[in-house]
Amino acid sequence: MSYIDELNKRIEHIKKGGHEKYHIKNEEKGKLFVRKRLELLFDDGMDIEDAFFANCMDDSLPSDGVVTGIGKINGQDVCVMANDSTVKAGSWGKRTVEKILRIQETAMTLELPMIYLVDSAGARITDQIEMFPGRRGAGRIFHNQIKLSGRVPQICLLFGPSAAGGAYIPAFCDVVVMVDGNASMYLGSPRMAEKVIGEKVTLEEMGGAKMHCSVSGVGDVLVKTEPDAISYARRYLSYFPKSFREKPRVREAKEVKEFEKSITEIIPENQNAPFNMYDFINRIIDEDSFCEIKKKFAPELITGLSRIDGRSVGIIANQPRMKGGVLFPDSADKAAKFIQLCDAFNIPLLFLMDVPGFMIGTKVERAGIIRHGAKMLASMSEATVPKISVIVRKAYGAGLYAMAGPAFEPDAVLALPTASIAVMGPEAAVNAVYANKIAELPEEERQAFIKQKQDEYRDDIDIYRLASEMVIDAVIEPNKLRDELAKRYAIYDAKNTVFTERKHGVYPV
Amino acid sequence: MNEVKAMMAGNVWKIVVAVGDTVEEDQDIVILESMKMEIPIAAEESGVVKEIKVQEGDFVNEGDIIAIIES
Repeated sequence: MSYIDELNKRIEHIKKGGHEKYHIKNEEKGKLFVRKRLELLFDDGMDIEDAFFANCMDDSLPSDGVVTGIGKINGQDVCVMANDSTVKAGSWGKRTVEKILRIQETAMTLELPMIYLVDSAGARITDQIEMFPGRRGAGRIFHNQIKLSGRVPQICLLFGPSAAGGAYIPAFCDVVVMVDGNASMYLGSPRMAEKVIGEKVTLEEMGGAKMHCSVSGVGDVLVKTEPDAISYARRYLSYFPKSFREKPRVREAKEVKEFEKSITEIIPENQNAPFNMYDFINRIIDEDSFCEIKKKFAPELITGLSRIDGRSVGIIANQPRMKGGVLFPDSADKAAKFIQLCDAFNIPLLFLMDVPGFMIGTKVERAGIIRHGAKMLASMSEATVPKISVIVRKAYGAGLYAMAGPAFEPDAVLALPTASIAVMGPEAAVNAVYANKIAELPEEERQAFIKQKQDEYRDDIDIYRLASEMVIDAVIEPNKLRDELAKRYAIYDAKNTVFTERKHGVYPV
Repeated sequence: MNEVKAMMAGNVWKIVVAVGDTVEEDQDIVILESMKMEIPIAAEESGVVKEIKVQEGDFVNEGDIIAIIES
């Protein structure tokens, strides 16, 4: 056999991955082979691959169960690590870990986005001394991720399990996409939970994709199939620059989608009646440009990437259709991470306010709503990208603060004519101020008194009065809001500020 | 069988369906009043309303069962 034949024979063997029976098993679950996944992910296949021959002295461990390399997405080079679950269930040996570390370090040096295609049973117990505790052990993967965080975008596509320590890979990514039915994350498996703490639970209940994307919030995007997950990642990256040093590329602007009803027609006059904020968002952004994050988690607050006149804009919007748009501990957490994400990669922010305030009551106080709310305020406050807040309807109480109110250095606070800013709404305020007086009045006089005081209160917080006091920067006709935003984002693009000088804040986590 | 639960604490302001009604996914079942806001609580799945467990004016806590839908 010639040298070339020998080489080709080895390449052929390694390219096939693990034993055929594992390929069949994966196929039955709707799982693609790792190299097929990468083919779908990149514009035109992987350009370079390193340590393809890792562990090649052992025929049963092709590439040591992980593929690492660089290819292009939307014309941009990105680094990738992808577990091969046909090789010992994608478990990590010494070389697997070293390969992951090296591609991360390449991403660090070249300042390229890092994508993790995760499908792994976790550590290879038989190899633990070599891969678990040391300087180049698995812990370093997370150390590297933390170092990469905010320098380059990090995306996790979860196709299978991400168990025990491995579950921290998704935790340190900017965004985690989970395939329903196959993806899971957990520190201890259901079998372990039963043995150690006596709990009987299914994998889906404890660590399934649906649960993580709607309850725990560790997952961000729930998809049905692997190709859906891959196309989400490609689309998501189109809103980002390759690293924190650059701004997102301005794309060709698209018109807003046409709707029968105008913005003015979808906002109810009654401040307390719900409406659907998605309808509002779709009337101000480029058609089909909304790329939502955490749709199913804390839906009372909407977070997503969009384009306005071709520019990437991160939207944080209260959703009056869900929980009245009130802020909860989970919604505050959701906002805090999204704001950090956008600020890290120079994506301007847009706050759409229709918020009655933070939730009150025993349940949320015990859950630490003050602490969680503080996180949202801190990241919003620290964000130095262009920030515009639009008061769509209510901006009550600390809700005004959390949604980038005037005190938090937004570049502009714009109000629609339907806007109302106050410590609290008229009903609550009159009750708070005049509760004793109301109780003293004869019953038949109460309603008239309450109405009179509420009307006085409404006059007092009239939006033009606030405009006169320069609390807000402009009152905008709703149908002209998009054009106003487009102009302002183009101008604010010149913004270049540092929040403050220090090592880092002591964050309320 | 699908339980419709209160997504937040509040008072039951209006019940907008009756036992025996056929409801679609995302159709409102009751409207709560909380934080001075109207909070619609919708069915997560289509089906027939089998039971309504609250009355107008009741206080419900987050997670309390409001109605049962049989799909």
